[in-house]
Amino acid sequence: MAHAPLLRNEGPPRHTLLVRVTHWITVLSFLALLVSGVEILISHPRFYWGEVGNSRTPPLFTIPIPSSRATVPSGYGYVLPDQNGWSRYLHFEAAWALVLTGLVYVISGLWTRHFRKNLFPAPQHRTWHAFHGVIAKHLRLTSPNEADSRTYNVLQRVTYLLVIFGMVPLVIWTGLAMSPGFNAAVPWAVNCLGGRQSARTIHFFVSTFLVLFLLVHIAMVVLTGFASRMREMITGVSAAPQQRTIEHIEERT
Amino acid sequence: MSKMSRRKFVTAGLAATAGVSGLGVAANLAKRYGLVPPDSGGIYGPGETLTYAAQRLFARHSLAREFPRSMISKVPFANDMPPLNDAFKRLQAGAFADWRLSVEGMVARPASYSLADLRSFPVRSQITEVVCEEGWSYVAEWTGTPLFDVLKASGILPKARYLVYFSTDPDWWESIDMADVQHPQTLLAWGMNDGDLPVAFGGPLRLRVPRQLGYKSVKFVNRLMVTDSLKGFVSALDPKSPNSGYAWYAGI
Repeated sequence: MAHAPLLRNEGPPRHTLLVRVTHWITVLSFLALLVSGVEILISHPRFYWGEVGNSRTPPLFTIPIPSSRATVPSGYGYVLPDQNGWSRYLHFEAAWALVLTGLVYVISGLWTRHFRKNLFPAPQHRTWHAFHGVIAKHLRLTSPNEADSRTYNVLQRVTYLLVIFGMVPLVIWTGLAMSPGFNAAVPWAVNCLGGRQSARTIHFFVSTFLVLFLLVHIAMVVLTGFASRMREMITGVSAAPQQRTIEHIEERT
Repeated sequence: MSKMSRRKFVTAGLAATAGVSGLGVAANLAKRYGLVPPDSGGIYGPGETLTYAAQRLFARHSLAREFPRSMISKVPFANDMPPLNDAFKRLQAGAFADWRLSVEGMVARPASYSLADLRSFPVRSQITEVVCEEGWSYVAEWTGTPLFDVLKASGILPKARYLVYFSTDPDWWESIDMADVQHPQTLLAWGMNDGDLPVAFGGPLRLRVPRQLGYKSVKFVNRLMVTDSLKGFVSALDPKSPNSGYAWYAGI
């Protein structure tokens, strides 16, 4: 018991408990939304622009995959089984989990000034020069030093803000704009997107962007040290306790 | 246990108790005000209940979007249909002169109507979108008799909570709550785009529920049954049920 404080990393955790819990609930929700979303897409892998579109109207583009409906001219000689029942149930349950978790995260982030302190780029970093510096560092594959892994660089900050305040709200909005009940209550939400099929097409592109973000995010976690990044997001405690402990001992003596 | 941690413990305990009893109160209120869908059990129950409760709380009376005549789809899409039975084909051969729509269950005066009888009610037309859960859609003009007018004529009993409506195929049925039953756009449609409703689109009679997805707009409707409970009907989550495991509420 007496040695425990020496082995632990003192000071505030790398990620607060609230950030860690909301992060992992979001991970589960996003994966459920992705799997069920792809499943629903299979029942009509054609996209349109405007209010209406169906198998008898020309598509904007099609995804060259087999379909779970015989009425879709997919070009394949077989029809996949219909799984939309559980897929739609799961999609909306996961969407609720994502929305409620997101609300807790955003409200607490404003309350605790998490966004201002950790995500909005510091004034001296709001320059192209700062951006170039970070990008050059990435291209040279420089591994992050101790200071880098205690904070977010300007590229990370802008990306996270774009995802949190841009892409996730947009994917929720375009998703809701496909709900006939929601559209009855809030018609401008779908009308200003150019119609129901436009909303569906934007929903597909924003989802694709979020999947790309996820892939890059995982790649960066792996490249910068999978074990320590995971430890930080699970326990909140940063890596490199050895060096820290020595520093702390020196400070105290 | 130190003073600080005891205080934390008590606070956390109080917060947890308040949270659990708050959820309990919310569940009771939701039940009393009819905000719990019949498929609220099971792992997908919470999501379904949130969706249904939110739409009924905030959008009970909202109207589905209606479109200008210029937006009526030139090529509407009829979708796949199960093969029609012999009884239907016989009625079709007689131009549906003998088609009957029966009204039964929790009504004061059960009734049966021919298509001509239905046309004698006030007529309503609307240009609304058919939205399939698969993702496609089309806009058409639907002409018919508001469902609520027909049910009111039979006297809905106060205990009624749902309407179950059957297709000519007795295994094909759906159900809606009283909010959609009383909704002015819920239409027993017998006309489409300035003509009779074609068989491919559900003629001679289709129940249009434009605030919900297409699978709630059952084709070839010939029987309406008012009820206070959906117990005894096949579970909505049963993949062998008519709606093949699809959610009961299709407003999303």
